[in-house]
Amino acid sequence: MKGHPLARMVLYSVIATIVGTVLVLVIDWFPTGASTAAGPIDRLYDVLLVPSVVIFVLVMTVVIYCAVKFRAKPGDLGDGAPIHGSTRLEIFWVTVPFIMVTALAVYGWVVLDDIEAKQPNTLIVGVRAQQFAWRFTYPDEGDLKTNQLVLPKDRPVEFRVTTNDVLHSFWVPQFRLKTDTVPGLTTKIRVTPNREGRYDVVCAELCGIGHSTMRQAVRVVAPGEYSAWSAQAKKQQKTVGGETPPEPE
Amino acid sequence: MTLAGRLKAPGWSRAALSQPIGFLVALGVVVGVRALYGYDPLVDWDAIITVVLIALPLAFLVGIGCFDYWFRWASGAPTVPEDHSGHGARSWKDYFYVNTDHKVIGIQYIVTTFFFFIAGGLMAMVMRAELAQPGTQFVEPNTYNGLFSVHASLMIFLFIIPVFAGIANYVIPLMIGAPDMAFPRLNALSFWMLPTAGILMLASFFADGGAFATGWTAYAPLSTETPLGQTFFTIAVQFAGASSIATALNFLVTIITMRAPGMTFWRMPLLVWANFTTSLLVVIATPFIAGSQFFVLLDRSLGTNFFNVGANGDALMYQHVFWFYSHPAVYIMMLPGFGIVSEVISANARKPVFGYRMMAFSLMAIVVLGFTVWAHHMFVSGMFSWLRVPMMITTMLIAVPTGIKIFSWLATLWRGVIHLTTPMLFALGFITMFTLGGISGIMLAVIPVVIHVSDTYFVVAHIHYVLFGGSVFTIFAGIYHWFPKMTGRMYDESLGKLHFWLSFVFFNLTFGPMHLVGVDGMPRRVADYAEQFATMNVIISVSSFLFGLSFLVFLYNMVTSWRNGPKAAANPWRAHTLEWQVSSPPPIFNFDEVPTVVGGPYEYGVPGAVHGVFKEKRGAAVPAGGGGAPPPAE
Repeated sequence: MKGHPLARMVLYSVIATIVGTVLVLVIDWFPTGASTAAGPIDRLYDVLLVPSVVIFVLVMTVVIYCAVKFRAKPGDLGDGAPIHGSTRLEIFWVTVPFIMVTALAVYGWVVLDDIEAKQPNTLIVGVRAQQFAWRFTYPDEGDLKTNQLVLPKDRPVEFRVTTNDVLHSFWVPQFRLKTDTVPGLTTKIRVTPNREGRYDVVCAELCGIGHSTMRQAVRVVAPGEYSAWSAQAKKQQKTVGGETPPEPE
Repeated sequence: MTLAGRLKAPGWSRAALSQPIGFLVALGVVVGVRALYGYDPLVDWDAIITVVLIALPLAFLVGIGCFDYWFRWASGAPTVPEDHSGHGARSWKDYFYVNTDHKVIGIQYIVTTFFFFIAGGLMAMVMRAELAQPGTQFVEPNTYNGLFSVHASLMIFLFIIPVFAGIANYVIPLMIGAPDMAFPRLNALSFWMLPTAGILMLASFFADGGAFATGWTAYAPLSTETPLGQTFFTIAVQFAGASSIATALNFLVTIITMRAPGMTFWRMPLLVWANFTTSLLVVIATPFIAGSQFFVLLDRSLGTNFFNVGANGDALMYQHVFWFYSHPAVYIMMLPGFGIVSEVISANARKPVFGYRMMAFSLMAIVVLGFTVWAHHMFVSGMFSWLRVPMMITTMLIAVPTGIKIFSWLATLWRGVIHLTTPMLFALGFITMFTLGGISGIMLAVIPVVIHVSDTYFVVAHIHYVLFGGSVFTIFAGIYHWFPKMTGRMYDESLGKLHFWLSFVFFNLTFGPMHLVGVDGMPRRVADYAEQFATMNVIISVSSFLFGLSFLVFLYNMVTSWRNGPKAAANPWRAHTLEWQVSSPPPIFNFDEVPTVVGGPYEYGVPGAVHGVFKEKRGAAVPAGGGGAPPPAE
């Protein structure tokens, strides 16, 4: 009869693993993906979730099973079995996690190289942060300076990010990519927006009193619309001599 | 005693007198130096307050009497023969004076740190009230930034790190069969530096411009440019850090040199191993945060340019130095908890700790690996990009020794005789919650995921799973487990269990949903957030209030049980380690007779096995751990 409850424990843990896996994969974790990086990153996250569920369920099941099965009867002052260890078991739970994390690290590395790969025909966009706003320059568009961030769909963009004052972090959740802005450095991230729409540029690094409201918009538009916008903005910059006003919220 | 006598003797009167003297000295130094340099204005309050913040705590430590013996010795005056009058507590009032007894100091640590735990917890409640709805309701953004900064600083520097030092202070000398710590006066000084650090942090709320508001990480150059409150943090960290380093040295020397005869390293209980490894981490790593905060202080007050890019400073350097301490600090906040859990689980499952030597080796592995992963906090910081992949790999490898510990605890439960006491419940709760924290930790090592979730609520969720579901659960386990030893009384088991279940449920309801809002795009450290996160945040806030209330059950249990709880037996858990072989509370010098250790600390179920024996004058050895007459039933 000794094997019977153990088999039941295995059964429960298999059921819990299946339910848990389905549950975490059904959850819509991420905001809408709007760049080519979103697909690989979201998939990587999902792949990480599966072994996570397996391990968590394993730990939970053993804890609950032991707490129920081996709980002392009232008045039982006896001791448990004097098991001091098992080399075989210890080798097993050193090796398996080692292989698991190594595999996941390699996968993570592959995805990293993939999303950071250089692309041809890249649009350079300068991003300059200051407490508590973002400004953008388009060196490819006659050094256009603007408070608006407008990007053509499907064209790779390289953001060159810097700051006038303290650390900030340039983040568009829908693009999945982020980099800190560091005084004295120009940090770079590459993004290929692939979904038209209007998203938030969020500051993700504490930068002072206005940090939580340091949000602006990024618009991803069709290439034609982008050209029209940049021509219009260049004209405005020339005639007015100033910067384009920020977009209305 | 006459007033003049009271002002001469160490104590609160002299401490009170020391404060105006310290203030005047600081004032004199600043005005004098500015006069020498011909600076205008002569009276610069920012400069004066900076020096005052260093002078007043030092003056207090002198006044309360931490240095009396050393000063007397250093000045060549005849030393006062040690009459042990400053050793041990005879009434509750003795806890408010400098005392050299490790048991008194342990309790001083624990009570003081829980005071700051409550203060930090109340700040969290205010933050959750503010975050219950988008927009600004209760506190302005600047106050909000101050609240989360002070909250985190108190929880880390004034609660988790020192409360473990407090528990270890009480338990370690008893566990290794020593009469006290190696350096009792240094031990007292270590304790008294703590409240000064905590009060500096709390006092920053009254500074011009509000409390320090740059997070507990105090990233430069924001921290070198913000108002005066930041200075309170940089100086408070020095006192907390010095306290931490001195205690760690004390533990190292105590553990290396003062073990009972027969207690080899491989017969030490795992809590002793845990504090040994933690102390190594503290001694090696803590000077780095001291350095980082000195850089900030010097940039702020003396015009150095460590982080001033305009003068060839380096802003990123701050983060490297800071995390070179603050990642190992994560293990400083966790390894002692691992030790507590090993003690609690073996005693309550009535089984030897599975794979004892691997448990000790994995602690050492974590110490070594812990120093090779700091830059995983900087994956989006703009640092040189080649360092990211090696740091990802080392970070993920830490899962291996941590996994050894989790699986070994599970194997310890297997075929045990499990008593679900309150400390055991907290230990089991710890295993499950820390597993979750470890899993999100693995995710936070995988660079492409981190690029999205760094600085979001996902990170907030992760650190609370690791530090609350992890560290604080082990602290509760430890407090309940050694409560009978420390107070001589039993706590209320039903209230303890109620406390566990309330904390367990509301902990998960509070911090679980934070994973979701984080991945969905809510940044951390924000006083306000986008409308789309409103529903989740109100759920989190309501859960957090109930979570906060659950702490009252603990507090009530502790206070009433300490006053009126039933008297505790010497060994209510029938544990084998040495601290349970003396009365509860122990005699003033711990052991009337030095025990001899003859076996491992966890030989449950091994017939006739004992850990230590007292060789009485008659010559017959009396078992001191296991194998003796069974104590009365629970």
